[in-house]
Amino acid sequence: MTSHEPIEAEPGATAASPDKGPALPTPGVDQYHVDPALPAAGQAEHHDQAERQPKHRAPEKEEKRSFARAFREELWADNNFTVTLLAIVLALICGGVLMVVGNAEVRDQWQYLLYQPGKTIGDTWAFVSTAYTDMFKGAVVNPDTVNRWYWNMTTWQQVFYPISETLTNAAPLIFTGLAVAVPFRAGLFNIGGQGQAIMGAIGGGTVGLALSLPAIVQVPLGVLAGALLGGLWGYLVGVLKARTGAHEVILTIMLNNIAFLFLGWFILQQGIKDPNRSDAISKPIQESGKLPQLIPDPLLRANLGIVLAVLAAAGVAWLLKRGRFGFELRAVGHNPHAAATAGIKVGTTIALTMALAGALAGLGGTSVALGTAPALTVDMLGQIGFNGILVALLGRVRPWGVVGAGLLFGALQAGGNAMQTFSGVSVELVGVIQALIVLFVAAPALVKAIYRLRRSPAAAAQAGLAKG
Amino acid sequence: MNVLYGLLQPDEGEILVDGAPVRIKGPGDAIKVGIGMVHQHFMLVPVFSVAENIMLGAEPARGGFIDHAKAVKLVREVSQRYGLPLNPDAIIEDLPIGIQQRVEIVKALTRDVDLLILDEPTAVLTPQETDELLEVMRGLKAAGKSIVFITHKLREVKAVADRITVIRRGRTVGTADPTAPETELAELMVGRSVVLEVPKEEAVPGEPVLEVSGLVVADDREHRAVDGVDLVVRAGEVLGIAGVQGNGQTELVESIMGLRPARAGEVKLSGKPITTWHTREVLRAGVGYVPEDRSVDGLVKEFSVAENLVLDLYDLPPFGGRFALNLDAIAAQAEQKIAEFDVRTQSAQQPVGALSGGNQQKVIVAREMSHPLKLLIASQPTRGVDVGSIEFIHSRIVAERDRGAAVLVVSSELDEVVALADRVAVMYRGRVLAVVSPDTPRETLGLLMAGIDPSSSSHTPGREQDTRGEGMSEHGEAAS
Repeated sequence: MTSHEPIEAEPGATAASPDKGPALPTPGVDQYHVDPALPAAGQAEHHDQAERQPKHRAPEKEEKRSFARAFREELWADNNFTVTLLAIVLALICGGVLMVVGNAEVRDQWQYLLYQPGKTIGDTWAFVSTAYTDMFKGAVVNPDTVNRWYWNMTTWQQVFYPISETLTNAAPLIFTGLAVAVPFRAGLFNIGGQGQAIMGAIGGGTVGLALSLPAIVQVPLGVLAGALLGGLWGYLVGVLKARTGAHEVILTIMLNNIAFLFLGWFILQQGIKDPNRSDAISKPIQESGKLPQLIPDPLLRANLGIVLAVLAAAGVAWLLKRGRFGFELRAVGHNPHAAATAGIKVGTTIALTMALAGALAGLGGTSVALGTAPALTVDMLGQIGFNGILVALLGRVRPWGVVGAGLLFGALQAGGNAMQTFSGVSVELVGVIQALIVLFVAAPALVKAIYRLRRSPAAAAQAGLAKG
Repeated sequence: MNVLYGLLQPDEGEILVDGAPVRIKGPGDAIKVGIGMVHQHFMLVPVFSVAENIMLGAEPARGGFIDHAKAVKLVREVSQRYGLPLNPDAIIEDLPIGIQQRVEIVKALTRDVDLLILDEPTAVLTPQETDELLEVMRGLKAAGKSIVFITHKLREVKAVADRITVIRRGRTVGTADPTAPETELAELMVGRSVVLEVPKEEAVPGEPVLEVSGLVVADDREHRAVDGVDLVVRAGEVLGIAGVQGNGQTELVESIMGLRPARAGEVKLSGKPITTWHTREVLRAGVGYVPEDRSVDGLVKEFSVAENLVLDLYDLPPFGGRFALNLDAIAAQAEQKIAEFDVRTQSAQQPVGALSGGNQQKVIVAREMSHPLKLLIASQPTRGVDVGSIEFIHSRIVAERDRGAAVLVVSSELDEVVALADRVAVMYRGRVLAVVSPDTPRETLGLLMAGIDPSSSSHTPGREQDTRGEGMSEHGEAAS
């Protein structure tokens, strides 16, 4: 604290990190992001700090960069936010092309491109934009409904129906996204979200259909059972990896299949199977076992699941930043050797991380089983486990990023249904768009090249984060 | 050597081949001018056959298909010409290390090179395999090839070399004749020009703190890297372990720390057996540990300086409780340690990987000294550290000793060991050859490090009874 010389004066500092260039003032750059609303207050605090800790401050010329300029530079640079946003736009454009190719009427128009280019392009635009508008209407809010509600032609529930659908779809995706994001921070790639979600659904569903207790007891019991069974399924992977060194990707893929087949067997068992039906379906979930709806209305399906999902994300965020176990988890993820040398039990950490991931995925399965599914069936979960991988990658394996990505995917799903109904575009297109978004996010160089993004001034700082 | 083979580019200077300057931009250029290299770590595809590996990169092709028969024939031819029998169809991963190395040599020879660089080839070989290799080298010499043989084992150079050049810390420090006495070579290797002075008082040794008896530890390849070591480190003294790297020092220290299981023997801390303790328990019992490779074992590079400063204390009050971390306490600790140890960093929140080597090392030293120590184990405490930080770290180590801690310093830099230690134990092939005073003449220490005990009449100890492989295959700082 006695030295006032800038860091660059340190001999060997540049040799040790040649790629970092002249020491990058991370705190200074953060400053511009943090205080757009309170530039004056921020500056004051800034100078205050500068006096207290002269050694830690950024070089003088960086301080002078105005907020507006920094904002402008960052906006069209290759930071995570811009890249993600542009990846979404790119995916929607590709989706539009596919819509045109997939629709015979519009496609035929293109034969006459040279005769009536205006009509061809106009019709195409109208078709694609209508489809996307329908998607938006189905996912967020439909202005027509708002209008009709204003004139008392429909109920307010109709207005919130799209949002409710989005939230309903998002809840399990947030859970399974977290189930991938958490182990990712520990250096583990959890492909087993699907299997863990299935086990969770079995656990939660069984409590939901077999018992008839007061809801206040049965619901928490069901949620707990789902988390427990999913957690067990994940813990199995963690223990096998820690003990035998077996690779978690292979283990989880195998356990996915086992869980899927187990579910198929399980719903046919006496006491589980619905005796009144001939097909493979369990008895219906008891009303007292279902996750309560946020608004008790038959139209608005959004239930406690989304609340639990956001709480889980908050819990994970806390754990990773402030939790003792989160510290161990991150240390093991970045450098297991150093973690072991510092006395951290690497095997235990891996096992517990996978258990936590399994519990999160299990909650995802439970939120379906006790939320929207009338009963347990073989395909009730769809692909939530695998979509969770996409959600985690899109959310850059950070808890709040996962929430955002889960909401986006939930909205695409809800909007896709509306789009199919009103524009006749197959709902499968949503899957394609989701995959394309993640593809573009995973290939930032591609997005950067397409949009000719500038290299972000804060890129070095973010490059470090992106690795984690 | 990597420059010669084109893997690295020289900053200055030039390379002459047959008197003409050449620029070698990659291994391809090197082979063109007739330089081949056998790396310490083999560059072979384990699931390919011998012939396939040898042909890799220069496959004889016929109409887009690899001419396998021709490849096999070529391998047979070359291996017969130089007396290096090989089965061209054997799969690499089924072969013993010595034969794999032979494959590497044949691979270089099929490229028609005149100069063959062997980078520490014996580090991975058993003594028998080593003898075979030396025989092969003589054969190649007779066939008119030049060989650059890099090793840090005196016996081997003396056995096979025609001229010996000693390189120390990136400089040529001398050239010698193989008939020169071993003492002369040892002196060149060890050097006497730089004398590190660490101001310190006479040690006042107290009770034994660390007692190691009959310790046997296996390395990753299941060789006996530590082969029955007995040591005692007393409170208030520094025991230095000298030795060329790869003679079991790493495994010895890791075993004491509970990072590597002991196969036999016992480790006691203040009289309590700790042989089977977990690393955390050893640390909690008042042991500080500066690992030899800071970037692998010492630091989590992506973590901030503050987080690294509590990497092994994060679960102790005031930094962390049962579930939560106290980020304020961690930040406060960071500010204090950064000031106390003069760590040059922009902020405590900066990733530690962005710091210079010396400052990274200071972070580790600061962390390990931030709880009361009974025993400090410092492995290569100043490797890759600038001179200013070296002095600082040395003075902190001596300060710990003066405070009454027992200190074990392991270094492949003899200067460092001699400067710090009150007693010097020399390790060779997993054994402590001798425990001597740091005032012992350098030549004697150098001979001991090369496995020659000047006080005994037997010239090459361990040679006959030694049936196991060499230690870890790392470069020593003082390679001949």
